Amino acid sequence: MKKQNYLFTAIAVTVLFFAACYAQYGLDAYLRRVANLCMIYAIIGLSLQIVNGFCGQFSLGQAGFMAIGAYTVGIFTVPVELRANVFYAVPMNPLIADIQMPVWLALIVGGLLAAFVAFLIGFPVLRLHGDYLAIATLGFSEIIRIVITNAQSFTNGALGIKDIPPLNDARYIFVVCALTYIFVTALINSSYGRAFKAIREDEIAAEAMGIDLFRHKCMAFMFSAFFAGVGGGLYGALLGTVDPKNFLFTLTYNFVLIIVLGGMGSITGSMLGAILVTGGLEFLRVFDEPLEFFGMAIPFFRPGFRMVIFSVLLMVCVLFWRKGIMGTEEFTWDKFKKFVKNPVGYWKGEAHHG
Amino acid sequence: MADKYANPIILKTNNITMRFGGVVAVSNLNLEIHQGEIVALIGPNGAGKTTAFNMITGVYTPTEGNIYFNPEGYRGHNMVITGKKPSEIAKLGIARTFQNIRLFKDLSVYENVMIAKHLRLESDVFSAALHLHWYNAEQRKAEKQVEKLLKEVGLWDLRDEKASSLPYGEQRRLEIVRAMATEPVLLILDEPAAGMNPKETEELTQFIRQIRDKYNLTVFLIEHHMDLVMSIAEKIYVLDFGEEIARGTPQEIQNNKRVIEAYLGVEENA
Repeated sequence: MKKQNYLFTAIAVTVLFFAACYAQYGLDAYLRRVANLCMIYAIIGLSLQIVNGFCGQFSLGQAGFMAIGAYTVGIFTVPVELRANVFYAVPMNPLIADIQMPVWLALIVGGLLAAFVAFLIGFPVLRLHGDYLAIATLGFSEIIRIVITNAQSFTNGALGIKDIPPLNDARYIFVVCALTYIFVTALINSSYGRAFKAIREDEIAAEAMGIDLFRHKCMAFMFSAFFAGVGGGLYGALLGTVDPKNFLFTLTYNFVLIIVLGGMGSITGSMLGAILVTGGLEFLRVFDEPLEFFGMAIPFFRPGFRMVIFSVLLMVCVLFWRKGIMGTEEFTWDKFKKFVKNPVGYWKGEAHHG
Repeated sequence: MADKYANPIILKTNNITMRFGGVVAVSNLNLEIHQGEIVALIGPNGAGKTTAFNMITGVYTPTEGNIYFNPEGYRGHNMVITGKKPSEIAKLGIARTFQNIRLFKDLSVYENVMIAKHLRLESDVFSAALHLHWYNAEQRKAEKQVEKLLKEVGLWDLRDEKASSLPYGEQRRLEIVRAMATEPVLLILDEPAAGMNPKETEELTQFIRQIRDKYNLTVFLIEHHMDLVMSIAEKIYVLDFGEEIARGTPQEIQNNKRVIEAYLGVEENA
């Protein structure tokens, strides 16, 4: 039984990898970009899932950690000879002017830097609960952005960094996404993952069972920041340019949306959420263009209308799946097999949990 | 059971006092708990029993006084545990349950008990996340212990049920089992029989006695069911308005005039 599941997983991963290869060569630039964005959003959705979905700490700092990762990639991957061109207003600080890294290294450094900042922020912030924690992390995410805007000799300030060697390779992003998925799954299925869930369920009981709340929250927060940094780095490399305005706190809401829609506390759910949110936002663009039907203009079809449709769809989703599409459940091959054998019975059986 | 008094003292409080603003919840409480005893703390509502428990388990830091814990009996030395965090105290070997059940509701019975094993885990988070072999070895050992424990208390067949879906009495029992999984020396139970019918209470009495003997535990409990207290406790402390008004064996407490007054009120003199 177990062996068969491993085989299925291996097949699924191979199929997905070939899908990524197809995306690289078979799809046009626009669709490829949507696919890449899906995978990057999935990485960041997963990162938010660690701290919000599993540890139950409502953090809204993802945009700030993404900015750290994106800027690290931006600063260190722009070729040295192009830097004078990018930093034309204020020359680059000589400390970092000659350091150039390959993308993979910059991604890791960006992630580690984000984790370190999370560690520093964690001391004051993780003592807060609920809404207060959300507001404090939101505030720190803005502080990170403002610091970046003002550290002009490092980050080129409000002008942003251009000429980042573009990383528009679906296979590369797929591999990072898959590694993130595997690591997060393994972490959540370990004893530490169980401790995170215990904190989510009941902090007082968790502490009475010997779980050091602050230490575990800090760990979850740092892992979350690390993957947000990596995802942000990929995001910057995909765009080819980073700008402080890319990392407004509104960006975080996309990821909150992803995990709420996919199910708080479900890894496979956040993958699903990432695809739905990114895909939904892109493919609803039809509604943004005026449409004529037998010579009659259909009302409401104008720029911005897609967000109305999107919001309605979201409301419908939240009304019918109050805990998100997956809840705290995961997709497993065993459930899948049950579903294939008896779809109706499975659905009815599942309805009890909802 | 008089021989229990010869056992070493494992928990001792020295004049602990807890004030919340102007209210004195517990005043100058001196407890002595010997190894292997079942000790009860009783008193009318609002007498400060739960506050006393919360001081011992680190939820509150006493305003005055010290708490000493000596998990190893004669061999160890007295540790001052006043002001330590609840998680540290749990690691030292004091486990507790709560007055209103605090299980991890959405998790399975098995996960609830496995979580209690986390505090004995030595592997760091990276070896755990990467499932390195020393972590796996530790984990397998914990899984075996949990399996054994659940089988012994008869919860093994319910291991995949959600904790919140268990019947009330089983939830109470699971909470005790979860506390036991932390491998405590002292088990602290806050009203374990609250809301139980006489039959369930009787079963629980048996259960507490059983686990005490089997796992060599010391049990300290708060309870309102006097049948349970009188049949199970070897020593009873009575609190009223934050102060100790009596201590002794069930026999002595039943005949104590001040205790009767505290529970039934003072007879008015004509």
